[in-house]
Amino acid sequence: MSQEGLLDVTGVSKYFGGIQALLDVSFTVHQGEVFGIIGPNGSGKTTLVNCITGFVRMDSGRILHRGKDITNHPPNRIANLGITRTFQIMRPYYSLPAYKNLVIPLFSPRARRTGGWRGGGKLGNRETVSIDILEEIGFERDSFVPYKLASSLPTGYLKRLELARCLALRPEIILCDEVFSGLSMSEIASMVPLIEKLQMDGITLIMVEHRLKELFRVANRVMVLNFGQKLIEGPPDRVIEDEKVKEAYLGSEKVLEYKFEV
Amino acid sequence: MDTHTHERRKERLDRGIKVRTEGIYAISSWQETSYLVLPRLILILGLLLLPLLMPSLYWNRVTSIVCIYVLLALGFDFLSNFVGLVSLGGAFFIGTGGYIAAILNKSLGFPIYLTLPMATLGGGLICTLLLLPCLPLRGVYFAIVTLMYPLVLARIIEALNIFGGTDGILGVAGFPGKGVEQYLIIIIVIIALFGLRRLVNEDIGLVFRGVKDNDQAVRASGLSITLYKSIAVFIASALGSLGGAYIAHIYMWSGISQFALDFSIIPIAATVVGGGGTLVGPLLGCFILVPISELLRAFGTLRIVFYALLLVVFIMFRSEGIMVYAQRKYHQFERWVKV
Repeated sequence: MSQEGLLDVTGVSKYFGGIQALLDVSFTVHQGEVFGIIGPNGSGKTTLVNCITGFVRMDSGRILHRGKDITNHPPNRIANLGITRTFQIMRPYYSLPAYKNLVIPLFSPRARRTGGWRGGGKLGNRETVSIDILEEIGFERDSFVPYKLASSLPTGYLKRLELARCLALRPEIILCDEVFSGLSMSEIASMVPLIEKLQMDGITLIMVEHRLKELFRVANRVMVLNFGQKLIEGPPDRVIEDEKVKEAYLGSEKVLEYKFEV
Repeated sequence: MDTHTHERRKERLDRGIKVRTEGIYAISSWQETSYLVLPRLILILGLLLLPLLMPSLYWNRVTSIVCIYVLLALGFDFLSNFVGLVSLGGAFFIGTGGYIAAILNKSLGFPIYLTLPMATLGGGLICTLLLLPCLPLRGVYFAIVTLMYPLVLARIIEALNIFGGTDGILGVAGFPGKGVEQYLIIIIVIIALFGLRRLVNEDIGLVFRGVKDNDQAVRASGLSITLYKSIAVFIASALGSLGGAYIAHIYMWSGISQFALDFSIIPIAATVVGGGGTLVGPLLGCFILVPISELLRAFGTLRIVFYALLLVVFIMFRSEGIMVYAQRKYHQFERWVKV
């Protein structure tokens, strides 16, 4: 595709000492799509997310956001461009109540540009806005849940809190690092509509996932990584038919199983 | 015969006025208002009455010194429990502030009401700039670096014989009167205490607490941790520098003993005794520890032994600190009500 994407990743390589975590990975994400990244354990998915969001300095490669170079910028600058991320291992502020967790992203320069010094512009102060965001992401407004300490919340809510932190920044792109992992089937079932809603709101999603069934339901395109290298990229149904992917990742029997469900 | 007996039950005072979470209160009566206001009022009045209650000039001076330690302890508690930086920089801040005030007063002839604010801001700025390279460090590593600075600066002044060398800078202007000296620092302490408490509950204070809890998440939230750490270090070191400038004016002298480790250690001990993370605790801790250390002078050289024993006992039996304990008990305070 010659068309310039929202996020252009070209030739990203990263070595940890002698271990090659990523080798020459390139892809383009377009406005409004859901882009999946899958691969076996240790294939470099999270490292790729870390490289894009600036948490890890990459050894070579270039990342363009709307044609502007953001390679190796500090994470806070990248977040302020609207390229936000969730963490696979949740990183809430455990000593703060859930709704105060969101005051911190709402204090960022990006959120302040639209919200003003008090935080929410016409909507009130930052705490009111954060309750609104939490309701949007599935915390019941009138319950005690938004007021509970993050340390006392279950995993499902913490995963939502991760997404809520991204939403507080009014993101263009959310890089979801395994939002479905560690959740029960019912929690996942209630998460999928959320992801679909984010997509309908015009937010571009890059999803790193192990839960293929749910990912394939929402993703437009999928990229497969193996040992830090890109195997294939394409629509979900074409990707899982690929021989290399079967070999590297899924195992032929599992593919049949997933095929019926997609 | 009255067969009707009044049923009574216990009621917790704070339950009725707390709304959903800590820190939000709905007050509807004088009783409930006083439940919240009284402890704070007692503290403020107690501090203001202190100079009048002290028996002698000697104890008046001790009050001022305690207040200076309070400024350091507040800074220590703020940095360690709200920003996650364990700082042993008390001596560094005091020394920097003291020398700035002395130099401004002695060499440039600035009056005292200019040197104090200038030493506060200048000291904060210098300390923050010098600590800037080590801000990515956390925990004990940051503590070690802040401990090295006062030692290094004292040796530099000694070796290069600058700023009066080992003699220090003599003849710094003193305060116009005893009352001014004490009430100024007491008011500063009250402002610093309530100002810091307000700050840590504001939105920017939440960012500080976020830096302590999870600095990577703060970066993912689009905020620079270096910026917020340096703002916090500036606040703490400005408080310390103000204390240093105050000491220089009280003793009308500034010297390398202002880089003494007491200024780094006593604030920590006071925070441990008083209860970290409460901000009032360190204040209380200073008002307990420093006068006790003065009273123990009667024992001569055994003073340190008793002092150390006292601290050990405290840490073993009340390691959470007085204020944490007292606050918990106060919130559990119950009264009998008729049903």
